[in-house]
Amino acid sequence: MTSTSPLSVIEPDGSVNGHVTSLSKDELMRCYRAMIMVRVFDEICLKLQRSGRIDFSIPNLGVEATQVGAASALRASDWFFPSYRDFGMALYHGVEPVEMMHNMFGNERDTAKGRQMPVHFSFVDPIHFVSISSPIGTHIPQAVGAAYAMQQRGEDTVAICSFGDGGTSSLGFHSGLNFAGVWKSPVVFLCQNNGYAISCPSDEQTASDGYAVKGEAYGIPGVTVDGNDLLAVHQVVADAVARARAGDGPTLIEAKTFRMGGHSTSDDPTRYVPAELVEEWKAKDPVDRFERYLQSRGLVEPDSRAQFHAEARTRIDAAVKEAQAAADPGLETIFSDVYAEIPAHLRAQGQEAYDLAARKGDAAAGDGSFPL
Amino acid sequence: MANLTLIQAVNDGLRTAMSADPTVCVFGEDVGPKGGVFLATEGLTKEFGKNRCFDTPLSEDGIVGAAIGMAMNGLRPVAEIQFQDFIFPAFDQIVSEAAKLRYRSGGQYTAPMVIRTPFGGGIRGGLYHSQSGEAYFCHTPGLKVVVPSTPYDAKGLLIASIQDPDPVLFLEPKALYRKIKGEVPEGEYTVDLSTLRMVREGGDVTVFCYGAMVAVCEEAARTAAESGIETEIVDLRTLLPLDEDGVIEAAKRTGRVVVVHEAPRFCGFGAEISAMIAERCIEYMEAPVARVAGFDTPFPNTLEHHYLPDARRVLDAIERTARY
Amino acid sequence: MQIHDCFVDQTGELSPDFPGYDDAWLNEVFSEMLFVRCVDERMLKLQRAGRIGFVGSMLGLEATMAGAARAMRPTDWMWSGLREGGAALLRGLPLSEYIAQMYCNSMDTAKGRQMCNHFQHKGTNYPSWSSVIGTQITHGVGAAYASKQRGTDEVHTIFFGDGATSSSGFHSGMNFAGVWQAPCVFVCVDNGWAISVPSSAQTASVSYAAKAKAYGIPGFQVDGNDAVAVHEAMAALIGRARAGAGPALLVLRTYRLMGHSSSDDPTKYRDEAEVELWRDRDPILRFERLLTKRGSLPEGGLAGLRARHEATIDAEIHAQEIVDPMPLRSLVEDIYAEVPTHLRRQYNDFLRVAEKHGEAQKGDGAFPL
Ligand SMILES: Cc1ncc(C[n+]2csc(CCOP(=O)(O)OP(=O)(O)O)c2C)c(N)n1
Ligand SMILES: Cc1ncc(C[n+]2csc(CCOP(=O)(O)OP(=O)(O)O)c2C)c(N)n1
Ligand SMILES: [Mg+2]
Repeated sequence: MTSTSPLSVIEPDGSVNGHVTSLSKDELMRCYRAMIMVRVFDEICLKLQRSGRIDFSIPNLGVEATQVGAASALRASDWFFPSYRDFGMALYHGVEPVEMMHNMFGNERDTAKGRQMPVHFSFVDPIHFVSISSPIGTHIPQAVGAAYAMQQRGEDTVAICSFGDGGTSSLGFHSGLNFAGVWKSPVVFLCQNNGYAISCPSDEQTASDGYAVKGEAYGIPGVTVDGNDLLAVHQVVADAVARARAGDGPTLIEAKTFRMGGHSTSDDPTRYVPAELVEEWKAKDPVDRFERYLQSRGLVEPDSRAQFHAEARTRIDAAVKEAQAAADPGLETIFSDVYAEIPAHLRAQGQEAYDLAARKGDAAAGDGSFPL
Repeated sequence: MANLTLIQAVNDGLRTAMSADPTVCVFGEDVGPKGGVFLATEGLTKEFGKNRCFDTPLSEDGIVGAAIGMAMNGLRPVAEIQFQDFIFPAFDQIVSEAAKLRYRSGGQYTAPMVIRTPFGGGIRGGLYHSQSGEAYFCHTPGLKVVVPSTPYDAKGLLIASIQDPDPVLFLEPKALYRKIKGEVPEGEYTVDLSTLRMVREGGDVTVFCYGAMVAVCEEAARTAAESGIETEIVDLRTLLPLDEDGVIEAAKRTGRVVVVHEAPRFCGFGAEISAMIAERCIEYMEAPVARVAGFDTPFPNTLEHHYLPDARRVLDAIERTARY
Repeated sequence: MQIHDCFVDQTGELSPDFPGYDDAWLNEVFSEMLFVRCVDERMLKLQRAGRIGFVGSMLGLEATMAGAARAMRPTDWMWSGLREGGAALLRGLPLSEYIAQMYCNSMDTAKGRQMCNHFQHKGTNYPSWSSVIGTQITHGVGAAYASKQRGTDEVHTIFFGDGATSSSGFHSGMNFAGVWQAPCVFVCVDNGWAISVPSSAQTASVSYAAKAKAYGIPGFQVDGNDAVAVHEAMAALIGRARAGAGPALLVLRTYRLMGHSSSDDPTKYRDEAEVELWRDRDPILRFERLLTKRGSLPEGGLAGLRARHEATIDAEIHAQEIVDPMPLRSLVEDIYAEVPTHLRRQYNDFLRVAEKHGEAQKGDGAFPL
């Protein structure tokens, strides 16, 4: 029931042993561009953080094929319950980099109104990319609940729920997978085994033989895939999505990949990640590998990468400029969205905050009256 | 004596307790080779071995549940929850189990253990790396809740908590981890739980506070003094069981009270202080008790400096109370 | 590791692999199972008569108790939920304490603080447990870690129901035990039901034993109505853990013949035919058939043995009906090692009212402040 030897399609030289992908040429190119976009977005965020312009970011280097490959197997009408490292899913499906950048800066144009830390995105357009929560695993049963609703309404949409190797130890994983198994929910669980949960190596997280086998505890088939191989990831996710759409229930996918950067910009991975391991994975770079495949099919020119890179850079630089120029959220955003309507006690606290700001001559006070 | 930051004092406290008592074990997420995300446990695995300072899988419920079993069976666990915001998977184990074990077993089984966790805002952590959840836990008989605000207290209270026969939730004000330094004695010493710390004397207004708010209140008190208002500051430092008599005495001394905490106001710790004063010494009061607290909203990110009580807001309350 | 599913079948036939226990051994097991049943029946009667508040019946599960209890050493630990009181009795929890706990009276070692049917016995390492499903699982794992760390050879058996496999404690406990190679045996008593949820609807996994794979732990299952199979499996897995080979999961397939508790009416949600089927698989009947075949039934047969057990139990019940009232101070004691000031104050306030109404006894005096 569990496949533990990872599916792998693209050989180091870019050949595929006759594998026929269901991705069209356009889709392949879209994947390639999205991966490059993720990489550029990631680089720029790291620089912004280093220079103190944003507080925090989550490195994505090395995991692009898993995110983009998975996203490419889903429709825009499907629901995404992402983890904080899933930039690629949003970018592939056409979330504007500037929208993401507003969140990185926590400005007034951020969909979350600057209430969350950076990388905690939330979008309803062009896809349901559900608001990310920092507590690990809480979104897993939520995805199952959303899938239950789809099922009950007879829709053919599915939910994808992505989490890390560490996330499998969370309570949400246990409840979420158990419920999904019992309900045969149209959901795809994507466990991105990127080698570490902060500093805890993935083989100390659990004693099980890999992560896909954990599906068996819930009657859910488990599949293992080479997470640095975009075609392979696309294939297993597409299969799982097809099962889910056909009413055959959930699948647990373990994508074996590697977090090349630190856990976050606050982390120093050299304290605990052996340098050899990083070297080993460098050789398996997912973008290079996919590029060699595209080359083997004659889909890219020698200068395509540079060109796409430059295009991405231009877009993201513009996004940074725009996001940086946007103002901080207004003081009233502390008090709004706590409830559908602002209750009296919060209104009073809001007015107090404005009064104090006005008395102290703080610009945040506006005209001194609580604007909502 | 060494001049240490608060986080260094915590580290020193752990090391001291581990050296003194071989049953003390430290564990949690990333506390091993990495030394904890704030480096509270730095060097402990190296010094005491993997059996005494180690990483666990990513499950707070498992961390606290296992700690209870260890405590019942002769070890002294000191569990770290990486951020207090992530303690809720363990809420059941803390509230239903650790806090009730002695009582429900008629004293036959106990869970002497410490759960250390960084809490509070000030690091741009947004909703989930900033909260002050003490009120949830202060509503839990059987648990002790301790909050240091200086390096000296951090070490002394931590060692006292580890030696205490009851489960202690040790809330570390992470905003102060590296912000303040202070003299910390070498070797073992303890600061008694359930005692108050007089931070500053003053005859006009009494301010009750704890954790990172102590420094904020001190700043406000200095400014108030410039306009002739003398402020007494009391650091509560053990919230449960609280030195209630000490609080009442302090309230009576000035008859004017301000309570300050970062946590939301509604049903917050300030409500307890205020009710206690109303019950036990209302006849001494010259002014209504004023509360300066976080708003009754989740914790914002970009605007956290507006959410957190700052010296301006505390000063405002001190002035209003003094002039009432 | 070879774990046999069954040694004594429903008709009382022995399988060829039967480990060769003699009549004396089999008679002891028979007597133990019957004792547990008699206790259970007596408690249900007391509950019906309004003498005690609540019973979580063990009827039908006697083989799991007798088989497991004798595989443990007194120094081993047993962590449990609602339905292992019988096993605790067989391991040495005194009947007097058992009944005192059911009465929640002043002889109860837990000082009447827990609801009925929440036993403990420090002398045989049977810790207090809470009503909250699954919380004991991580405690057992932590305690097993401590046993290993302290260099003892204690093994921890951790009991829970089929329903509890869905709890967070199960997930964390199994995972931690796998990583730590803790000396413990997880015992899932699959009694068919979690209140009204059938065990087939609790999870989609092919079996409860299969759940162990998710944690790198070996999982086994046996016929939980065969005391010999339970005993052999428990002995093997406890031995394995003691030898340092790590944890295991053992599933005991059995059936809860009564309602979930004395407050539950199972006819609302289950088919009488299913219950009938399992009545025929009754673990005690099975042993009666076996002993009858071997011609080694005790004197007076099952009825004679039952009468002797009941006499013992009745004598103890009488004793427990006449104990002293609970001291009022127990309201605020044992919250902390020492009674803190705020609780002293609260008690003293309460006592003034109690005294006014003549409810205070000698010894219930106020605390010094
Ligand atoms: C409940 C909870 N506990 C702890 C944390 C702190 N924390 C944030 S990320 C992380 C590691 C997650 O590892 P993994 O699931 O493997 O995902 P990855 O970061 O590798 O993508 C931890 C422990 C948290 N966010 N939530
Ligand atoms: C956390 C929690 N949820 C719900 C309950 C209510 N409850 C008590 S027993 C029970 C069913 C337990 O079933 P199982 O684990 O199979 O044990 P059994 O009663 O069959 O021995 C439930 C839902 C509880 N005690 N704790
Ligand atoms: Mg990971």
